[in-house]
Amino acid sequence: MQRLDAGLRHRVRFLLNGRAVEGDAEPRMLASDFLRQVLGATGTHVGCEHGVCGACTIRIDGKAQRTCLTFAVQLDDCRLETIEGLTDDKGDLNDLQTAFRRLHALQCGFCTPGILMSLDQLLEEEPEADEVRIRDVLSGHICRCTGYQGMVDATLEVMAARRNAAGGEE
Amino acid sequence: MEAPWLGKSLERVEDLSLLRGQGQFADDLATPPGTCHAAFLRSPLAHAKIRSVNIHQALSMAGVVAVITGADILAHSKPFITGVKVEAPHYALATDRVRYVGEPVAIVIAANRYLAEDALDAIEVEYAALEALVDPAEAAADTATKLHPSTDGNVLHERSFRYGNPEDAFTKAAHVVETSVHYPRNSCTPMECYVVVARHNAGEDLFEVTANFQGPYTLHTIMARSLKVPGNRLRLKTPPDSGGSFGVKQGIFPYVVALGVAARVAGCPVKWVEDRLEHLSAATSATNRLTTLKGAFDENGRLLALDYDQLEDCGAYLRAPEPATIYRMHGNMTGAYDIQDLAIRNRVVVTNKTPTGLMRGFGGPQIYFPLERLMDLAAKKLAIDPLELRRRNLVPTEAMPYTTASGALLDSGDYTRSLDRAVEEGGLSELIARRDAARTQGRLYGIGYAAVVEPSISNMGYITTLLTPEQREKAGPKNGALATATVSFDPSGSITVNTSSVPQGQGHRTVLSQVVADALGVHPSTIVVSSDHDTNKDPWSIASGNYASRFAGAVTGAAHKAAMKLRERLTRIAAADLNIPVEEVEFGGGKVYARGNPDNALPIARPAAKAHWSPLSVPDEAGVGLRETAIWTMPELTEPDEADRINSSGSYGFIFDICGVEIDPDTFAVRIDKYVTMHDAGRLLNPMLADGQIRGGFSNALGAALYEELAYAADGSFLSGTFVDYLPPTAVEVPDLVILHDQSPSPFTPLGSKGLGEGNCMSTPVCIANAVADAVDRDITTLPLTRSRLAGLVMATEAEDARSVPVAPAPPPGEGHALRGEGSTMVPASPADVWAVILDEEKLASVIPGCHELQNLGDNAYRADVTLGIGPVKGRFRAEVVLLDLDEPRSLRLVGGASGPLGISQGEGHVTLVETPEGTRVDYHYAVRISGKVAAVGSRLIDGAARTLINSFFKHLVSQTTNQATGQTETAPAQGLFARILAFFGITS
Ligand code: FES
Ligand code: FES
Repeated sequence: MQRLDAGLRHRVRFLLNGRAVEGDAEPRMLASDFLRQVLGATGTHVGCEHGVCGACTIRIDGKAQRTCLTFAVQLDDCRLETIEGLTDDKGDLNDLQTAFRRLHALQCGFCTPGILMSLDQLLEEEPEADEVRIRDVLSGHICRCTGYQGMVDATLEVMAARRNAAGGEE
Repeated sequence: MEAPWLGKSLERVEDLSLLRGQGQFADDLATPPGTCHAAFLRSPLAHAKIRSVNIHQALSMAGVVAVITGADILAHSKPFITGVKVEAPHYALATDRVRYVGEPVAIVIAANRYLAEDALDAIEVEYAALEALVDPAEAAADTATKLHPSTDGNVLHERSFRYGNPEDAFTKAAHVVETSVHYPRNSCTPMECYVVVARHNAGEDLFEVTANFQGPYTLHTIMARSLKVPGNRLRLKTPPDSGGSFGVKQGIFPYVVALGVAARVAGCPVKWVEDRLEHLSAATSATNRLTTLKGAFDENGRLLALDYDQLEDCGAYLRAPEPATIYRMHGNMTGAYDIQDLAIRNRVVVTNKTPTGLMRGFGGPQIYFPLERLMDLAAKKLAIDPLELRRRNLVPTEAMPYTTASGALLDSGDYTRSLDRAVEEGGLSELIARRDAARTQGRLYGIGYAAVVEPSISNMGYITTLLTPEQREKAGPKNGALATATVSFDPSGSITVNTSSVPQGQGHRTVLSQVVADALGVHPSTIVVSSDHDTNKDPWSIASGNYASRFAGAVTGAAHKAAMKLRERLTRIAAADLNIPVEEVEFGGGKVYARGNPDNALPIARPAAKAHWSPLSVPDEAGVGLRETAIWTMPELTEPDEADRINSSGSYGFIFDICGVEIDPDTFAVRIDKYVTMHDAGRLLNPMLADGQIRGGFSNALGAALYEELAYAADGSFLSGTFVDYLPPTAVEVPDLVILHDQSPSPFTPLGSKGLGEGNCMSTPVCIANAVADAVDRDITTLPLTRSRLAGLVMATEAEDARSVPVAPAPPPGEGHALRGEGSTMVPASPADVWAVILDEEKLASVIPGCHELQNLGDNAYRADVTLGIGPVKGRFRAEVVLLDLDEPRSLRLVGGASGPLGISQGEGHVTLVETPEGTRVDYHYAVRISGKVAAVGSRLIDGAARTLINSFFKHLVSQTTNQATGQTETAPAQGLFARILAFFGITS
């Protein structure tokens, strides 16, 4: 593994929502700071910087991860998905986003980007998840506004709709 | 969906950007070129004199532009004013003393936050510790150390009130029931922390600040005064989006001043983003309150009188608007009950804890916790069903609007009907059956109730109830609750709405679009509502801001009024253009039309645009341009009268909650089996958003009831510095709710609506406490009902008949981070060899891990510079240790401590060397007290880490001693992270 110098900046390159981006970061710079401050991708939020609240969650090579516990230099060569890339190809809200809106799963919206990214992975990897499992995944996030019910309902609804759609196609 | 829009669950316009990650939160906004970043140095001690602050080295560090200290604050600002006139000055930075852990002491301004934090470590502050006062009752004692030397004592305010004839009622009462409770410290901790960007225009002496401040704008006056400028030279802007607040972002105002001064001194724009440790330890808190409440009941369970004795703990300073927490409920201290005899004694004390401030439910949980506990205790004593006891005492429907003993005008409601509906539709009988079934199986199941009156729209005069009538007379009256809103048509005929409601995520933009759409007959999606605010451009007044649930009742009313004024003017213009009398003009579907002939119509944009494009052609009285600002207040919100009666709020909703809980007999975890919450908040404007507020308030309250406490050790160390120590509930803990609504419109608000977002923070903590008390058959006198607290409660009284033994109010927190331990280890060398290592400074230095330098100060005193990390924090420490009672080679005592940016430790250890056939047995025991950051964030790690370290220390000692004995060259011990903690505890040498 390449040794990084504390005082120096290092070039970091990765795919952000399908687009190649790059920038320079000191080894100690957090991935969350890099996204927000260097790349201006402010959709990802920071709520605790100690790995508990989940606000900073994005998908790194498909896995939901906390960017406040990741250094920017660790992102090199990775594939990142953030809230800014969640809309569909036309730029419209996707089914989960739409359900969040309809079921009032967000208020201030500060926790929302991280939660959507965790649920995005869940929907993809465990399309049959039940309410207990959904709550389990959500428990990696703190929301102070909503009481979570709207998120649970939205996720269940989207799962059902996607199953129906898939069933219909067969 | 179609008009009318009010009363419909319109989806939120806010979500369209938030869901795309395109919100504009304070930290997302572009900053001016050349902006530098601030980091705060904070006090590790709860109470100390500041002997010196040395910033020399910090100033020379890379990227550092300036270091601001108390001296700068004294030179460029004045202390904050509060409602109580006492000599307890509070500045934006500590000047001569620190009074709580986390109090700001200095600010580093540097090119970026990383560099600013680096430089914090280089600031040297010398403190002289003073006795810390954590317990409000102890702090209130005459003999207590004074926090503020120029005051008469720590009780900064005391007033007693009596309404009716409470003494008489208590004399005549068939039963007197009493409870003493302690409501703890907690906070709704919004997910977004404080953000301030400040710049100072030296030429005009004008401060321009962007902050995620939520109001109340009374504080604008206080900030401007502190910065020594008139209000128009503190231009305060709030961002379009805010990541929640729940009252908490009121507490940002001292930072606006601190950063204003910093920008002025540094000569550049300055940005600060609070981190979570700063937020939890030093932002704000609900007040903790000790209350003794007595109730006088007649033989039928009619509650005749209440007598409150309240001791309010506001933390280290009375920070505006405190002591408002204790007065916000003053008009409705009798809750939902019809009681005309009332006595209240209020005392406000300062302690070495974070200053308190606005918090969702503000002042509510502190009174409803004792009041609704009292109702349950009385029910038990009088052998009346607790539900029935409450029902008997509710304010009767025919009495509405009802004036309470202390002066509130309860505007509307049918409390009995709401209670009955909750019982019926909430399925109480089924819940009771479930409890019965559970109990026959020996399970711990309980049911709780709470009846609560939820005030909204604070009277600007309520806080003056703390003054005597004579003092008020001199000061002049304060009253009302001004709300402002501007609605305008631009030249293209589209509508913009602008208020000073400073939304924090509730969806104000959506609701305002509904209000204005109904008034002007347009689709809400055609309206743009702005949510950011600028004090130099937008209308506002003293009561502006997002607090006291004033949006639904007051702000929407102002918007409605502004829109109706425009409607009237448009009517005149349109009447002329449609060639009909004004009475026949109708609005709807984006058009103005003739009532009798809808084909005679114009798009609303036409007459609106005309007012801009051809002002000479509009009828005189309709004026030109179309912009209306409405300023609304309530005539009912008068100042306190001579008898200290105060209508503290503009409207009052009603809540009745029912809760079923089951408690795990082994773990004492509380599971909410069912929760029913009935609200009457008048007319509902958007039911979906109303339910959202209820769910959010409930989840905050669930945390307050079961999990969350901003905890302090007896020495004032703060113990809840992370979200692993301070536990907001997650999706696993928060259950679904049964939400019910009654709608008794307020006769006093323009749309008949009342606030409803705070109510569950008032009703839920005590409702859950009542259910738990029912389940375990014990009195509950404090919160949160953590598993360990419940276990203690049940086990402690198991032997006795618990039913008659009230549990004392929360004991002051125990030893907190006093760390004790003992052990022994074998070293394969003689006691003399071991002794030689300990007393040889070079060898010792190699055994103390993380040691950069060890100085022998003579007389067996040593000073070591070590680097230590624990959990998420790491820093440099200076440790000083003296070896005493040397009994070569048998035993010695070490006394000393370490200090650094991470915190301070003081401790003592004893080491005994015992010769054995295998070598030497080293026995040791130690006691160390730690405070500061490491206590706040590392509490779960410290004990385990200490043990690991002690082991590792002895491992090094063994190898060093073995080397010594065998004459081998020593190998340097590993400089492991945890190993360094040993030095920190002062137990290494
Ligand atoms: S900011 Fe990363 S988990 Fe909280
Ligand atoms: S919506 Fe505000 S924190 Fe979740």
